[in-house]
Formats: sequence, structure tokens, C-alpha cells
Amino acid sequence: MATLIDMPKLSDTMTVGTLVKWLKNEGDAVANGDMIAEVETDKATMEVECFDDGVLIKQYCKEGQEVPVGGAIAAVGEKGEEAPEVDNSDAGGDAEDEKKEDDGGDEKEAGKDDEAKSSAKESKPDEDKVKGASDKKSDDTPAEVPAPATTDDGERIKASPVARKIAAEKGIDLATLKGSGPGGRILKEDVLNAEPAPAAAEGGGSGAGKAAAAEPAKPVATLEELDLPVSNMRKSIAKALVSSKSNAPHFYLQIEVDGAPLAALRKELNAKLAELPKEHGGTKFTVNDLTLKAAAEAVRRVPAINRSWEGDTIKQHANVHLAFGVAIDDGLVTPVIRAAETKGLREIGAEAKVLIKKARDKKLAPDEMSGSTLTVTNLGMFGISDFYGIINPNNAAILSIGATIKKPVVNENDEIVIGQTMKIGLSGDHRTIDGAVGAQYLQALKEILETPALMLV
Amino acid sequence: MALITYREAIKQALAEEIERDENVVIMGEEVAQYNGAYKVTEGLWDKYGDKRLVDTPISEAAFSGLAIGASALGIRPVVELMFMSFSYVAIDQLFNNASFCRYMSGGLMNVPIVVRGPANGGTNVGATHSHTPENMVANHPGLKVVCPSNAYDAKGLMKTAIRDNDPVFVMENTLLYGEKWEVPEEEYTIDLGVANVLKEGSDVTIVSHGRCAMISLSAAKILKEKHGIDAEVVDLRSIRPLDEETILNSVKKTNRAVLVEENKPFCGVDAQISHMIQYKAFDYLDAPIHRVSAVDAPQIYAKDLENWQIPNEERIIESVLKCVS
Repeated sequence: MATLIDMPKLSDTMTVGTLVKWLKNEGDAVANGDMIAEVETDKATMEVECFDDGVLIKQYCKEGQEVPVGGAIAAVGEKGEEAPEVDNSDAGGDAEDEKKEDDGGDEKEAGKDDEAKSSAKESKPDEDKVKGASDKKSDDTPAEVPAPATTDDGERIKASPVARKIAAEKGIDLATLKGSGPGGRILKEDVLNAEPAPAAAEGGGSGAGKAAAAEPAKPVATLEELDLPVSNMRKSIAKALVSSKSNAPHFYLQIEVDGAPLAALRKELNAKLAELPKEHGGTKFTVNDLTLKAAAEAVRRVPAINRSWEGDTIKQHANVHLAFGVAIDDGLVTPVIRAAETKGLREIGAEAKVLIKKARDKKLAPDEMSGSTLTVTNLGMFGISDFYGIINPNNAAILSIGATIKKPVVNENDEIVIGQTMKIGLSGDHRTIDGAVGAQYLQALKEILETPALMLV
Repeated sequence: MALITYREAIKQALAEEIERDENVVIMGEEVAQYNGAYKVTEGLWDKYGDKRLVDTPISEAAFSGLAIGASALGIRPVVELMFMSFSYVAIDQLFNNASFCRYMSGGLMNVPIVVRGPANGGTNVGATHSHTPENMVANHPGLKVVCPSNAYDAKGLMKTAIRDNDPVFVMENTLLYGEKWEVPEEEYTIDLGVANVLKEGSDVTIVSHGRCAMISLSAAKILKEKHGIDAEVVDLRSIRPLDEETILNSVKKTNRAVLVEENKPFCGVDAQISHMIQYKAFDYLDAPIHRVSAVDAPQIYAKDLENWQIPNEERIIESVLKCVS
């Protein structure tokens, strides 16, 4: 009996996934645990795992095609077996979701939608069309009709509408549930009692070799006009940042820090660590590692910077979940170091390294890039000396770390000497914090960066 | 607040409106000198005389037509039908003329009449006197239908109906006339199209109207005590306009609906409401919508059989238990 593999819901906000690459072709033998495809969500590219042994008898979509969450992407069965008919032609992506959210939608459209969906598994009797037509006269706001669910062997699953709705929202497969209602109907309670299905794929691990799905961007030889497709990640970035910039009234502060002590410390540390035997040394710290540590440390002195705007309340967090920007092909992700204020430089450095690698391989798990309370972004490596980031939604602030550059400075003796300075910008959400809080925080950060031994305390 | 009968509440509404507006006139068979077949207008003729209470011959078609014509000239007639079943005799006047006057005159003529009287069965008066015609009336665009379930609503809704500029049918329930409820002394009205949640609950929504709403309420109490089921009881008060919002909000909360009415099931009011719920709250349902209606046969004359024919607590409880199983 053939089993359908559905587009998994890999993040809270995911409604549609793009099948980036098939890892198994039609006719290939597959076993439980095999990765069969790579899927791009709004946040990352992840692998889809197969939970059955057999042969991949059918691919229902091409590479590059978008499939809504829950839509079938492949069928696994016995060799020579015929794959069930599946129609993914209504994979309309965001446009469709928006239409559905607007529940006062045009009935003609809604009717069409239902038909397309039901044709996947069930042929609906004609009365439905007739009824739809007669309804047009009287009622104006129909309820949405969820697609009928079926078991592996194609039998209709008995589930109440509200149970279907909640299951769809929570990503629970109705086929995995036992109904307690009449005739085994799955009820709301049955779905609420069920644990959500585990995410199909986890980033990292054995897939290191095949990890780099996307090749590095090739330089364009001549300038030409291009209409570039908007990836899910781009959409997601656009949505989050528009929301932040339009909802959070940003204010901006900047402080200039003497970068010499930090540079000296880094040089000394890295030199010493290189000399030490591998089990004690074997690591190198970047300026980013040191600024991350300092940023987390400074929150201890000004905890008010570590807040979230929650609408009716402002939450001051008990831990610093420190996000930092990582530029990747076609986008930007912000992995999070959890409870950064409790971690030493070595832990932060090691964790950042792993997260950056995962980010570049597009293997970050959704929970590795959510729940930040403060964000650090660094464009120093590009020689940018000062800039201001857009606040990560709901954080109170984002720190923008510029390059450490040599320039004339006036020292304590009023002499002009060559100094190493670093500019740190802070964009603050004025709903959550005021300028003074931002200023106090930058002051604390400056003190720690200029006397980096304070990080030991 | 005074404890008064449903009959007395309606009489108070009629008297107060006669006092308030000199155009309000009551007409019908035996409404004046005989004081009304069901004594709803008792004492009003003595007090207000021939000009305000008009006895008519046994001629529903004629006096309904008279009321419609009078309403065109500024009178606000309240037409009493001895039984709402007799509205069928006046079908051409009420369902062809009153309902469509405003539409067919291009809005130039409105018909501010109230058609009221006892409806429903349970009084052992046979098939031709026991109709529950709210579905038939509500089927005519232009007609409003009100079904008060208690004395408080009967008074408030009657006053609103008399002040309404379109024809309103007030279906009084014969079996409720002698029952008593608390009614305030001071003036109040109840808007049409606003349902009343008689009892809040979380497990199932019982939607009902008229006397059936009261039976549903007592069934809900038994369900709570004996079965631990917390039913919410929604009393529609008016069938048209229909308060869809209150029904939908309740069903979205409880995910289940049992509809109770004394109408015959085929093409009943509950059929309309059932369609509306599944159409607008399909995703919120956890069970099929259940209906408790009168048994689908001409009203039975024999007392015990008629009591079996119309909804009672047992049948409602049975249906709710099926719905929540």
C-alpha cells in the first residue's frame, strides 16, 4: 500500500514550502530515515525524511515548485505499484493563504477552491455545486472547508470539522489519531490530547557532505536586468522588518569605543591559545565573539535593555538570548545564543561558530533562530564604521558593531596620536525603552570593551 | 417587579401603546365586547371604547385586508387572529399584500400592522387550530416574525412590534398565557433580532424559541444535574430578523448545536438555522447538528399523542446526549 509523504510544517509561520532539490528519484529504493528531498521554508532549507521502507514510486512536484503544508510531495510503495492520484495544482502559496484569511471572500472562488482540494482524494457529488449555487443568493460568509483527510489506504478519516481545523493548525496528522466519537469520529478533544507530530527533519548531523545545497552565487559578467523570484526567506525577512520598522518607533544612539584594548586582548589570547596543547587551546576568538560576550555582560548592568514589547505589557527577560546577524546567500538569519550572560567566552565562541556554519548551510532549526531578546549585528568586516540596524521584532534594541579603524585621537595628555576606534550604534524601540536606557547600556558596554578584563568578573 | 402572566404582559403592552399613540387600533373577532377569546384584551373595550377596539365578523381575509388598507392611511392596526392557524384564511392579504406592499410600491407605502394571536399545539384543538406557522411567515420577505417565550419578552417585543413600520407577526403561545414571570413596572422595549442567552454553558448550544425555549431551559437544568452536561440555551426571540451572531458565537464556543422548535421538521425554521450554522461555522463543529421538532404529521387530537408529538424535556435530553456522545 502506497504511503504519501506530505510537505512538513517546519516552522510556526510556514504555510508553503519550496521543493528545492530531490535527493531520491522515482524508482529509487528508500528506507526509514533516508532523506528524500530538500525543502526551503520561509526561514531555512531543511531535509525531508522518509519514514517507510520501499520504493519512491512517485514525485508529485518538480524542483522549484511550491507545495502547501500538508500537500503530498511523494509516494512510497512497493516496486511497480501505482501511485495514488494527487492534485497539487492549487498550490497557490501566499496569495491563496491571504485569500483564505479574508473569510468574506468571493463565493465563486471559495467553491473552486473546495473542488480543487477535494479532487485530491474524493470525487464530490454534484449536489455540492448545486448547493453552492443556491447559497449565493442568501448567505455571504461561508466557513472554510478543510480538505478531507484520508488514511494510508485511501479510506476517509472520520473527523469533525473543528477537529480537522485544529489538527491542521497544529500540524497533527489525523491518520495517527484514534477517534473517541460515534463510529470512531475524531473529536476536538482527541486532537487536543494528541502531541504534535515531531518535525520531520533536523538540521546538521550526517548530512554535512550534501549540506551545501545552493552553490555560491556566480558573479554576473555583464550588467543585465533581472526579475528575481522572491524566495520564502526574502518574504519572511521583508515581512519581519517592515513590521518592525512600521510598528517600533526607532531611536538611534552611537558611542565611540577605544578598540585597542580589545584588539590587544584578542591578539594575546589567540597567540597563547595557539601555543597550548590542543585540549586546552585549539581555538581562536573573533572580534564578534568578544563583542557578543561584552554585549551579554553589559546587560547585567542595565537589565532594562533586555525587554520585549508584548502589546499590553513589557516583558523584562531573565536571560539574555543573544541573536547575531549572519549574512548568507540571498538573505540574513539571526541565530540565537541562549542565556548568553551565563556563558563564558569559550562557550560563546564555540556556539557562535557552530551556529554560523549551520546558518551558511541553511541548516538552522527553527528554535535556533527564534526567541531572541537582544540582537547584535556586525558589518565591521566590510569596513563599515558606523550604521544602525533595524530592530529584530519585539527586541528593545539592536547593536550595530562597526569596523575598528585607525585614526587620530586625542589622548589623556591632549596629544594627537594614532588610535584604534570602534563605533557602536544602538537602535532602540521607543515603545519599550527610552534614550537614557540605551545610553546607559552603551556606556556600560564601552567600559567593558575598553577594560575587557571585566568580562572575567 | 411584579409577577404577572404572559397574557397580562401582552395586555399591558397593548394598553400602553393605545395610550401612547392615538393611531393604534385593535381589531379582530371578539376582541372588544367579549374581551378576547383568550382574554388578552380583557377590559380594554370598557376603557378605550369602540374607536380603539373593533369587533369584526368571522372574516380573516376581510379584516386583514381592512387593516392593511387602514395602515396605508396612517392607522397602526393590531390584528388579533383567534388562532394564528387562521392566518391561512387570510393568506392572500397577509402573504401577498402586506408582505410585498413596501417593495411593490417602490417604498411609497409601508404597512405598520401587527398580526398577533395564539399559535402552536398542545391544547388538543386538532390539526386545523394547532399550526406553528413561523416558518411559513418567515418565508415571505417583508414579514417579521416574533416568538416571545416569557412575559417579559412578550411585553417588550410587542411594544417594539407595534412601533415597527413593517408588518410583524407575533406568535403567542397558547400554553404560556397563564404562566407568570417577573415584569418591571417601568416602560421598556426589546429590539427585534436580538437573541437572549437564557443560560450560559460550555458543552452544547441549544437554540430554541417560544415555549420550546422554556422547555429547553428546564431540559438544560436536568442535563446539568443528572448528566453533568453544561448546555447553553439561546432563545431566538425573533425568527426574522434572526440573530445569527449570537447563535454562531455560542456554537463556536461549544462546538455543538441542538435546535429545538415545535415546527414540523420539513422546511422548518431549524432547517434554516442548521444550514446557517454549518455554512458559517463549519470548522467549529464537533458533531452533526441535531434537531428536535414536532413529529412530522398533522397535529394529533388525542391528548397523550399530541404531548408526544411536540418537543418535551425527554426528547431534548435524548438529542443532546446523542450530540455530545
